[in-house]
Amino acid sequence: MSPIAETRPVAITGQRRRVEWLPVILFGAFVLAPVFAAFSGAEGYVLSLLTRVMIFGIAAMSLDLILGYGALVSFGHAAFLGIGGYAVGILAAHGVEDALVQVPVALAASALFGLVTGAISLRTKGVYFIMITLAFGQMLYFLATSLASYGGDDGMTLAARSLVAGLPLLKGDFALYWVCFVCLLGTYVLARSIVASRFGRVLRGSRENATRMEAIGFHPFRYQLVAYMISGMMAGLAGCLLANQAEFISPAFMTWQRSGELIFMVVLGGLGSLHGAVLGAAAFLLLEEFLPEILHMLGFMLSTDMQARLVENWKMVFGPLLILIVLFARGGIMGMLGGRHE
Amino acid sequence: MNEPQLALRNLRKAYGALVVTDGVDLTVQAGELHAIIGPNGAGKTTLIHQISGLASSDSGQVLFDGRDVTGLPMHKRVRHGLARSFQITSILPKFSALDNVALAVQARSGSSFRFLGDASLEADLNEPAMECLNLVGLGARAAIPAGLLSHGEKRQLELAIGLATQPKVLLLDEPLAGTGHEDAQRVVETLRRLKGRITIVLIEHDMDAVFSLADRVSVLVYGRLIATDSPEAIRANAEVRSAYLGEEAA
Repeated sequence: MSPIAETRPVAITGQRRRVEWLPVILFGAFVLAPVFAAFSGAEGYVLSLLTRVMIFGIAAMSLDLILGYGALVSFGHAAFLGIGGYAVGILAAHGVEDALVQVPVALAASALFGLVTGAISLRTKGVYFIMITLAFGQMLYFLATSLASYGGDDGMTLAARSLVAGLPLLKGDFALYWVCFVCLLGTYVLARSIVASRFGRVLRGSRENATRMEAIGFHPFRYQLVAYMISGMMAGLAGCLLANQAEFISPAFMTWQRSGELIFMVVLGGLGSLHGAVLGAAAFLLLEEFLPEILHMLGFMLSTDMQARLVENWKMVFGPLLILIVLFARGGIMGMLGGRHE
Repeated sequence: MNEPQLALRNLRKAYGALVVTDGVDLTVQAGELHAIIGPNGAGKTTLIHQISGLASSDSGQVLFDGRDVTGLPMHKRVRHGLARSFQITSILPKFSALDNVALAVQARSGSSFRFLGDASLEADLNEPAMECLNLVGLGARAAIPAGLLSHGEKRQLELAIGLATQPKVLLLDEPLAGTGHEDAQRVVETLRRLKGRITIVLIEHDMDAVFSLADRVSVLVYGRLIATDSPEAIRANAEVRSAYLGEEAA
């Protein structure tokens, strides 16, 4: 398997209980955040940023389900975000604006794409799996850029957010925030259940020793394929939410860089804990958002010109910073919080 | 004579020009403990791979309970009751010893496409698993992550996993490999208890164990079976002595 897949998963039996307060704090923070947002003076900005964090939290968590528990390094996971987004956009363009239609279509399309590409990709292992999932992701990306009637390269602005049962329930930023929260919590509970279930145990066993699993009568491929489809559907849901949050869709939803960012979020948070992926997504997006300002403050002793250049080229700091975190905090943020394992 | 439990018909396998299994014919009766011995490189492990389905055969047949399973992959053969252990310990190191075995029980008990409910709390899986662990003498170590067990304990766990699949035939690839005297004794005791209840095909270098346990012994040299007979007759067989036992005894 690839080096990423070998990175030590965090949740080991017995260790799990010690870190169990974390999801409570994490979700508690998302519950309380809107209250603080109201006092911050920049309510709309804070809400929209945190909504994005939760949406990418869902996507990163979906990836963690197959990466952390199945050692399947999918480098094309952003494709599912795109499928979700385009399902909303394309249906809306044809007058179907209800989420009760859009979301099931998005989930079905994600499952189908997962079934077809997974059935092919999962016949390969290690670096070949990474490359082939990347290839499928790029295929979908170029397909989206060629959809001239749906904006092509430039993407397409949505006329409005999706309706729910004919009502404009998602119109307000608060409403969208809470819908995303419910989706995040629901996805988390479902994923936790899957990991502990019979199915999840076969998936985890296949990660550790596929030959052993075959020798006791399991065909890992079937379980990995279903996990890949479930994971894709969760990311597809995140895509629906992302389209509504941005009120815009474009092929940029599914660039390979976006897939890479998702992997980074999972590794940053700590493989194989699910809520770690949400933490990773939050750390990644908040750092991306505030690093320019932090650099501006840290650069106070520099000349104005240098300071401006530093802020302008904040990504020069962002990249190495992420690499340092992953290098020195094996097990990611969860590893730091949970102390040393083994 | 009864239908044999396991029969190999002219089984062949070559890696390029190297013939590893050269027309092996073998029948194993139900309840028999059949040992296969032979010098290093004789192709014993490859033969187990072919019988279990981990490796494909170039030609010939593997008949299990009278049905041809030659084309079936390993995971399907296990479900018919043809299980195996590995020479190089093959366990799930991060799973507890109990979960390693419970997973093998799970493979035989209902669907594993269940997404709700904590599998590690299912008594229907844990109780039979615990019985298997007790049988090999690992009951007290059930909660330990398998990767932290001693080498000897891992060999016993390997055996427990094989048993948990409820096999009719258990293929054991050097269950004593690398174990100390005490652990070896424990495994031999376990095999003695299993003898007669299930059919066992045993590959082993420990001649004391082989000759004390086996009903019949086959000798494999360069991919060919040169003799199959009772332990006493094999001991007395001149060809076997020169091919194998002589070297070992020297």
